[in-house]
Amino acid sequence: MILVFCELKDGQLRKPSAEALSEGRRLADASGKQLGALFAGASCAGSAEAAKFGADAILTAEGPTLASYSSDAYAAVIADAVKAKGATVLLAAATAVGKDVAPRAAARLAAGYASDVTGLSMVDGKLQALRPVYAGKAFATTSFASAVQVATTRPNVFPVAEKAGAGTAETLAAPAGDFKSVVKEILAKAGGKVDLSEANVIVSGGRGMKDGANFKILEELADAIGGVVGASRAAVDAGWGLPHSMQVGQTGKVVSPTLYIACGISGAIQHVAGMSGSKFIVAINKDPEAPIFKLANYGIVGDLFEVVPELTKAAKALGIGSN
Amino acid sequence: MKILVALKQVPDTESRIKVAADGRSLDPADVKWITSPYDEYALEEAIRIKEGKGAEVVALSVGSDAAKDVLKNALALGADSAVLLKGDGQGDAYQVAQMIAAYAKDKGFDLILCGNKGLGGDNAAMGPMLAELLGVAQANVVVKLELGDGTFKAEREIEVGSEIVEGALPAVITAQKGLNEPRYASLKGIMAAKKKTIEELEAAPATAGAQVSVLALPPERPAGRRMEGEPAAQALALLQALKDEAKVF
Repeated sequence: MILVFCELKDGQLRKPSAEALSEGRRLADASGKQLGALFAGASCAGSAEAAKFGADAILTAEGPTLASYSSDAYAAVIADAVKAKGATVLLAAATAVGKDVAPRAAARLAAGYASDVTGLSMVDGKLQALRPVYAGKAFATTSFASAVQVATTRPNVFPVAEKAGAGTAETLAAPAGDFKSVVKEILAKAGGKVDLSEANVIVSGGRGMKDGANFKILEELADAIGGVVGASRAAVDAGWGLPHSMQVGQTGKVVSPTLYIACGISGAIQHVAGMSGSKFIVAINKDPEAPIFKLANYGIVGDLFEVVPELTKAAKALGIGSN
Repeated sequence: MKILVALKQVPDTESRIKVAADGRSLDPADVKWITSPYDEYALEEAIRIKEGKGAEVVALSVGSDAAKDVLKNALALGADSAVLLKGDGQGDAYQVAQMIAAYAKDKGFDLILCGNKGLGGDNAAMGPMLAELLGVAQANVVVKLELGDGTFKAEREIEVGSEIVEGALPAVITAQKGLNEPRYASLKGIMAAKKKTIEELEAAPATAGAQVSVLALPPERPAGRRMEGEPAAQALALLQALKDEAKVF
């Protein structure tokens, strides 16, 4: 069996989990295996949705002890499920929870682990993973020496594919409690927008923004086209009050949106490493020699303080983002 | 309190990556090696705990003789002692976790700190694997850490902000940028570090988990197109191209 650890949010399957399931289905078909979807929590209402993405079996570990996320408890639930089902491949989306729990579960299973992968295939019945390393400056094909093979899938990379599965429900026991650590509180950031790593469109600003307050024009453009605002390391380190969570680059977030608009970003290696996986890159910079233009599908040489507001205006005129 | 800080030697962020002749590893020529930046936050946190409530800080790295630079720097910054586990510290996170677990398991560490990921390998896996192998608590991507009496409270970054994780010590905590502002080594620290020796041990044998079979550079991006004219015309042309050619919207 290929088992996919899935996450629910407000009773709905999270998109990165749907992506991991879709990829799991593809791998299961390629290797003649069953696909299982695994859920854990106080309630797993909504888990039936996994059948839409090809799950043959839907496993739920439900109970009050799992109400808050606990690394060790969730890792134990996942590892137990892998053992019970004799699964040889374990997938999870590379979300905050997925990246926290998957390596712990892998160690519990004496399994190799490939994180944040952008490609998966079955070669002679074994999993093979493609993953960016050096923040995307190179790609590593990774193979496994262990019996169980664990990988997390990078959000926004694997297409969601609907395919009906039997979705046979199966209940797993929830652990008794007394965990080593547990999440006590979630501090949501103002706005509560999607994370950069999951965003489809990113509007990013660099040193050329000159001040944190000027990011307002990027917010306006992002709002108009349904995007999220990011920043380069130069901007975050400039003391403009921008949080590190906005930083795109090798020492920040590595992102793969459909569209990345770089405003006033020269294109330092460490920044490029974090965003070169974007499908389409737009560069807006007054320096025609800026290295970012080498990467850009579309470039505008000009003053971003003139161009960005024009883009916002044009987006509204063309009715972009209003769907 | 006894703290272990695991440090990894990695290529500098400005390094251009070249593939070695074996086709699956990094060509080390022209690479400048540094301490992984996230590990610097881990070390700084350990030193601050030492300065605050008192602690013994042991710096550890898995690698060849070259990794001694990382340990010398840690000693100069305030680590009390340093251990080099001789083995492949660049490869499989599962193997590195086993080596460190074998070293740490009977030594009574209350806290193990490391970066949330080693820059370059970008696995973000060694810390949680080590926590599992030692059977202790974990908190990853931590931007704030408070220690109580046998307990910890950590704020860690998640998609929509942050969350508070509470747990029991011993624990593995992996550091994120924002946890603190690492100091520079003082001349006094550098001189004092010269008197300290680095303990060298053979790393324990470890079972392989995942290995890189091919390392390749990403494909070149196709040449782009520049939008001409006044800002308004450029903006309109760009959005039309994104809509009609790229079909982004």
